[in-house]
Amino acid sequence: MTDSVLYSVLLLVSLGVIAAVVLYLVSKKFYVYENPLIGEVDELLPGANCAGCGSPGCRSFAEKLVNTEDISNLFCPVGGNDVMKLVAAKLGKEVAEKDPTVAVLRCQGSCDVRPKTTEFQGPRTCAISAMIYSGETDCQYGCLGDGDCVKVCKFDAMYMDETTGLPVIITDKCTSCGACVEECPRDIIEMRPRNKKDLKVFVGCLNEDKGGIAKKSCAVACIGCSKCLDICPKEAVTIVNNLAYIDPAYCTLCRKCVDVCPTHSIIETNFPPKKVKKVEEKVVVEKKEKVAVVKEPIVEPVNDKTDA
Amino acid sequence: MSQPIIISASPHVHSDRTSKKIMYDVVIALIPAFLVSLYVFGINAFIVTAVAIISCLAFEYLIQKYLLKTEITIGDGSALITGILLAFNLPSGLPIWMIVVGSLVAIGIAKLSFGGLGFNIFNPALVGRVFLLVSFPVQMTMWPTAVENNLSIADGVTGATTLGMIKEGLMFGETMTEISTKIPSTIDLLLGITGGSIGEMSAIALLIGGIYLLVRKVISWHIPVIMLVTMAVMTGIFWVINPEQYASPLIHILSGGALLGAFFMATDLVTSPMTKKGMIIFAVGIGVITVVIRLFGAYPEGVSFAILIMNAFVPLINTYFKPRRFGAKIKSKIV
Amino acid sequence: MLKTFPKGGIHPPENKLTSSKIIKRLAVPKMMNVPIAQHIGIPAEIVVAVKDKVKIGQVIAKSGGFVSSNIHSPVAGTVTKLDKIIDSSGYKKQCIVIRTDVKDESNFEEKEYPLLQEITLSSKEILQRINDFGIVGLGGATFPSHVKLNVKEGTKLDCLIINGVECEPYLTADHRLMLEKSEEIIVGIEILMKALNINKAIIGIENNKKDAIDLFKKATKNNSKIQVAALQVKYPQGGEKQLVRALLNREVPKNGLPLDVGVIVHNVGTIFAIYEAVQFNKPLIERVVTVTGKKMENASNFWVKIGTPISDLIAEVGGLPEGTRKIVNGGPMMGKAIKNTDVPVTKGTSGILVIAEDEASRGEPKNCIRCGECVYVCPMGLEPHLLMNLSEKGLFERASNEDIMTCIECGSCSYVCPSDRPLLDYIRFGKSIVKKLQTSKN
Repeated sequence: MTDSVLYSVLLLVSLGVIAAVVLYLVSKKFYVYENPLIGEVDELLPGANCAGCGSPGCRSFAEKLVNTEDISNLFCPVGGNDVMKLVAAKLGKEVAEKDPTVAVLRCQGSCDVRPKTTEFQGPRTCAISAMIYSGETDCQYGCLGDGDCVKVCKFDAMYMDETTGLPVIITDKCTSCGACVEECPRDIIEMRPRNKKDLKVFVGCLNEDKGGIAKKSCAVACIGCSKCLDICPKEAVTIVNNLAYIDPAYCTLCRKCVDVCPTHSIIETNFPPKKVKKVEEKVVVEKKEKVAVVKEPIVEPVNDKTDA
Repeated sequence: MSQPIIISASPHVHSDRTSKKIMYDVVIALIPAFLVSLYVFGINAFIVTAVAIISCLAFEYLIQKYLLKTEITIGDGSALITGILLAFNLPSGLPIWMIVVGSLVAIGIAKLSFGGLGFNIFNPALVGRVFLLVSFPVQMTMWPTAVENNLSIADGVTGATTLGMIKEGLMFGETMTEISTKIPSTIDLLLGITGGSIGEMSAIALLIGGIYLLVRKVISWHIPVIMLVTMAVMTGIFWVINPEQYASPLIHILSGGALLGAFFMATDLVTSPMTKKGMIIFAVGIGVITVVIRLFGAYPEGVSFAILIMNAFVPLINTYFKPRRFGAKIKSKIV
Repeated sequence: MLKTFPKGGIHPPENKLTSSKIIKRLAVPKMMNVPIAQHIGIPAEIVVAVKDKVKIGQVIAKSGGFVSSNIHSPVAGTVTKLDKIIDSSGYKKQCIVIRTDVKDESNFEEKEYPLLQEITLSSKEILQRINDFGIVGLGGATFPSHVKLNVKEGTKLDCLIINGVECEPYLTADHRLMLEKSEEIIVGIEILMKALNINKAIIGIENNKKDAIDLFKKATKNNSKIQVAALQVKYPQGGEKQLVRALLNREVPKNGLPLDVGVIVHNVGTIFAIYEAVQFNKPLIERVVTVTGKKMENASNFWVKIGTPISDLIAEVGGLPEGTRKIVNGGPMMGKAIKNTDVPVTKGTSGILVIAEDEASRGEPKNCIRCGECVYVCPMGLEPHLLMNLSEKGLFERASNEDIMTCIECGSCSYVCPSDRPLLDYIRFGKSIVKKLQTSKN
């Protein structure tokens, strides 16, 4: 009895010793030197491994930061300028400051303004339905509504709105990693600068069809009427292929274009509600709000948590 | 047009074969064997089968509804088959609570914990059966003999299976000639006048079911035929060498779970290989392991274990025995 | 035992409802939408402007490169606009819109060409004409024919295969063409044999077209160069690789072409178009289209000008039947469901199939039960269930190693799947990504 206990103990102990020796020797033999700076930089990075910087993960981005001479064109969108400053201080290198950005959805084609003309049967992913045809509506530019962007978002910053059938970006959570921009087969998500109050004015449409056709397929489509182009005091608006685009670099957020847009395809976010001056204008505002209600489930004029 | 036009990728037609139809074909194929066991074991066979089916369906429903909170799939027929096959692998006198435990293991552990239909590695019914066999060896090897009155429930008389008798006899040093006087005749084996699990009684009934499955193209001939041939060849070799120590191939194939296993358990679509080449390897493996267990192992019967062991190899077989790609050079062909 | 390819394949219900319907000529529509991308490869370049008067057969878009093809005006008329019109891909594509000149008689005269058997042109001239007159493969793939026939010198080439298989259910366009234009097709084959300088041609016809087989056997009785082979009915026998395997027992290597085993395959429709182009200078401006569907009473075959809106064809057979839920451009196995009937007939349109409510819907996909049915029917020896899984999970590198690119998209796997899984949808998706990865690598 004691013998068998003794043997077992001895056997296990010797096994343990042998394994420890082998492990020690192997770890010595195959030791790889790594710059300790990489670990330190890695500590500074957000650790989200979102690949928004272009590297597959934070660790490899840290390696890149340490090993590259000029890091001014490397940027961690999630950490932003703060993190990049820390990294620069640690490494003693120069970094370029970038304006923070946030993803915006350039489509307002919810179910009630953009009628479905066909029914798609097949795997519900944007990538596959985009491959097979132009989508269930007559608009071949807008959101397909299968939520590939939501699936790819690692920060829970997006969700599909059941009533509109469109994704919603939670601006506070958005780290501007760019994964959704990459994923969307229609390229309807754009990174736009984020200012303090997150005020934005942009064209919520990508329809390049001629006015009539665009309007027929979607009530809030940009019809390329160029009213915004005419009214813009800063020449921030350009119209290419029947589609307006507001260049954020020139836009001063004056919101003149928002009022003149006949199809309400220009979106403003997080501005305080306009003071109602005249009775006639009220009608216009109400009308606008109707559209706004569709895209924002929470009916608050000032809402800094979500936007379209 | 009232409803919008449907858009989908090609093909726009579909064969009318559905997984549900396949499942119900299997159920139909099991009916002859069930009728025989009803005749032999009477109401007991019905009770065991009914309990197994009901508890399998109930566990599937309960687990999917309250534990996994997924879609409920009891209508697809797979739990029904698991229930029937589990019952077919049990002795007819098994206490009801054990059948329920076996069903729980089969559905809960072997099927749903792997991800449900299609994701299980092991045949759920066999996992349930083997679990019961190793947990309750005594009850699981009490084989009630054929009852006189088909409606009597309680039946104290138990006997051994054919294979059990052979194993026991050989252990006590008897020769095959002596044993053969005790075991049922070949005709009895064919008709099902023997002791054993509910479903493995009559070779003829199982063959009818198996042929139905082959005709309906639910299974291909590869697994059952190769498995039985392997068993026959292996046992044949031993029998030729020493007929006094080893039973004849005919007895081996007709008795025990060989036919039930070959046609219904090993051919389970989910847990068998996808290619014909893979099926052959799989079937040979089952045949060899079964014979090894039967002749040299502690258990008289080894089909369940053999199938479960080979189930574990299926992913590997699927990886290495791929169909030949069209236009691939013969030389670079894998295996 | 009839010849066929050995691995995989299916036999869906044939439903060849229109095989006894003589090809009728469809009235020339008032407006024609001619897309500039009707073939595989680079779209053609428009060479006409709005308000231009065009003659019938005039080049309106010039080949945009080597793998491209000329496009000719199907009618005499006026170019009214250059617009984007939805085509069978489901996207709006550049089209040339032509208003038919109702006064121009050339639009309405039904020119019946006499049979012209004498081949006067040289090999080079024949190939030039095929190039000039915009001939593309009419079997459905629309691969420009001159590219296929552009055989590098020194290539061993010994057999021309004529694809009269028409393995797609419902479609009968090739069948009718074979019955009605057998003499012309034989001349066409001789033209191609001369152009390619080979002495052997085999016409492969599936055994459900016995009349066509008999007709060709009779017609080629005294012709030792052309053989007719009856084939077992099996889909996808019309695939080039399957057909070569079935007729000659030669296996086209992986990622290779029939040319690698000394064979060129052409569809009977293409052969007829080549015949007309070479003998009568007639560009490819019309083709045979089967308009069919189980609920369609007047289903038939038509000679249709390229650019005709599909709505015209459907109107001709009495409009869409009640309860139509799907309109397919092509056959049921490989055709594309179209969004609306404004889609124009292109060079690749072999049929219009109208599917009613009860057959239009796909089943809800269920779990894979690993029955292996998709593996058995795959004519390319692939494992569709695996490829779908890999594509779904984004493992494109592995999918590529599992030969996803050799898939011919015949749809046999999706057809047989008892769990209604969208195998081909995912495989196509995987293929598109793998292709992108491969091009970005190079």
